[in-house]
Amino acid sequence: MASSLDKNTELWRQVAVAAPYLWLLIFFLAPFAIILKISLADPILAQPPYTPSFDSDGSPTFTLGNYAFLLSDKLYAVTYLRSVLMALVTTTLCLLLGFPMAYGIARSSPSTRSLLLLLIVLPFWISFLLRVYAWMGLMSNYGTINNFLIWTGLIDQPLTIMYTDFATAVGLTYSYLPFMILPLYASLERMDIDLVEAAQDLGASRARAFWDITWPLAKPGTIAGCLLVFIPAMGEYVTPYLLGGPDSLFIGRVLFDEFFNNRDWPLASAVAVVLLLILIVPIIFLQRAQARDQETVA
Amino acid sequence: MKNFIHIKGLSKHFGDFVAVDKVNLEIGKGELFSILGGSGCGKSTLLRMLAGLEVPTSGSIEIDGTDITRMAPYDRPVNMMFQSYAIFPHMNVARNVGYGLRKDGVGKAEIEKRVDQILELVQLSEYKTRKPDQLSGGQRQRVALARALIKRPKVLLLDEPLAALDKKLRERTQFELMNIQYELGITFIVVTHDQEEAMTLSTRIAVMDKGRFQQVGTPKEVYEFPTNRFVANFIGTINTFEGVVTVVEEDKIQAYCDEAGETLTALGRQLVEVGQTIGVAVRPEKIFVSKERPDNQEDVCIQGVVDDLGYLGNRSLYRIKLGNGRIVQVSSQNRRRSVTRFLEWGDKVWISWTARSAVVLLD
Repeated sequence: MASSLDKNTELWRQVAVAAPYLWLLIFFLAPFAIILKISLADPILAQPPYTPSFDSDGSPTFTLGNYAFLLSDKLYAVTYLRSVLMALVTTTLCLLLGFPMAYGIARSSPSTRSLLLLLIVLPFWISFLLRVYAWMGLMSNYGTINNFLIWTGLIDQPLTIMYTDFATAVGLTYSYLPFMILPLYASLERMDIDLVEAAQDLGASRARAFWDITWPLAKPGTIAGCLLVFIPAMGEYVTPYLLGGPDSLFIGRVLFDEFFNNRDWPLASAVAVVLLLILIVPIIFLQRAQARDQETVA
Repeated sequence: MKNFIHIKGLSKHFGDFVAVDKVNLEIGKGELFSILGGSGCGKSTLLRMLAGLEVPTSGSIEIDGTDITRMAPYDRPVNMMFQSYAIFPHMNVARNVGYGLRKDGVGKAEIEKRVDQILELVQLSEYKTRKPDQLSGGQRQRVALARALIKRPKVLLLDEPLAALDKKLRERTQFELMNIQYELGITFIVVTHDQEEAMTLSTRIAVMDKGRFQQVGTPKEVYEFPTNRFVANFIGTINTFEGVVTVVEEDKIQAYCDEAGETLTALGRQLVEVGQTIGVAVRPEKIFVSKERPDNQEDVCIQGVVDDLGYLGNRSLYRIKLGNGRIVQVSSQNRRRSVTRFLEWGDKVWISWTARSAVVLLD
């Protein structure tokens, strides 16, 4: 009886452990394999619009032509670079704005804390698209900001805010700020305030105590927040398109155009694969940093 | 000598709440001074003001002749051991302990030397490279102590230093703490809610309640000569009989106590008048319990019945019910080894004490 019960729990344990792996296999690895496969094909006018992986005689038809094209056309390199820069700017702005906010929330009284957290999450209750449109209303030539500045007499011609990289950065920072604040809050909230006071008691100024204690202890939250902002900001399509204008070139936009306007699935797939490779670099780097951090301290 | 630390009219208000209320105190160099009180009595706030972590509403603090009332915590010649120990989780033992010296810009070799010294003092030399999460509670406590001591502060503040340790370890650590204090000659101020801890550790104790000092004195003074009911009840157990003063002599007071059903005598020069209501109090261990009426006529002597008893090993506790229903607590040493009980439930007994043992409580 007991052993059959043990077997049963053992089975469930294995199912529980396998579940996330299965999830990743079905919804991440398998689609990625398909994308990878398409990226190694040639585009044709057919359904599906790419050459099959194997000839009629069974020999593989894989080609690296799409990747070669990505390398040869400078446009792609520039676009990747612009996307990386924009994602970096967004991540930096989110960190600069989010850290003091998360710190303030973590140090406020429990009742205000839940209210403030609610306020951070509240924007999610409204459609993402609507919020981006709201920014258009704020930043357009005769939008709220320009109208206000003209009314105060500070300017007499509207400033060009819309359809610039600045507008894109503002929109992205606004959209992803909660993803920075929440993990930062989680790690700051756990931190014992006594630690900072102890550092001050032992001779550290407020600023010094922050760098010696708060910053390193908030590092896991910072890393998580940066990844949560950087990765989606990198591949963003809607915000750059709506706020940066149709001419603004970011990789998400290129991806969309290749897939849907040019119907060049293989090239679009190659763009996606390269994007993934670019994203893997900072993840590995940050994880290494964290692991090394834990070792050197010990 | 007494004037090493001088606290004058120190108050701290949090909105309408008065945490510390015009406290005055002088502490001598090298003292091991305890502030004893229940939770919310203001003792921790007082300690935090000494550390500079809380800004006083009014009053001043002087240490060794320097006014430190408005000084930033990192400039004060004071270090604190936190109740939570506040050990930096991302630094190993040596880095935790050396933190204060690093902030002072002490040279590397010097830091290493002093870290080794202090770790030896607290017997943690082998744990230098351990991370805090690899340490036991007692070891963490000693890391916190070493870290607070390494800068050789003029005053060391200890917030409930032993509260997180289990009983056996706490007793041992108490004596270690006293030895270290004696060895270094640093003035210690300990905040605690544990009266036993305060009694064993301290040269003097301040009993605190509602933001004020109720009594400041040596452990003996606060225990044997409590100045008011709060102190008498807070430290140890005491039987208080309310009564009205009938006779006032030069060094003797008599009061009729209805609760005891007797006129009780207390020695001591107290400023009382005939007719005034006072409390006559006596500690359980000062009361002698016997089956026969003791023949000594000077004793206060009342008859009662054993209502309850408890055997604690080294001593026994009795609750004696008097004729009028009042319960008196008596504690007696078990001097003789025996398996049979000296008293049983319902035994008729006499309780007695000398006038010298009784304390007069005015308020």
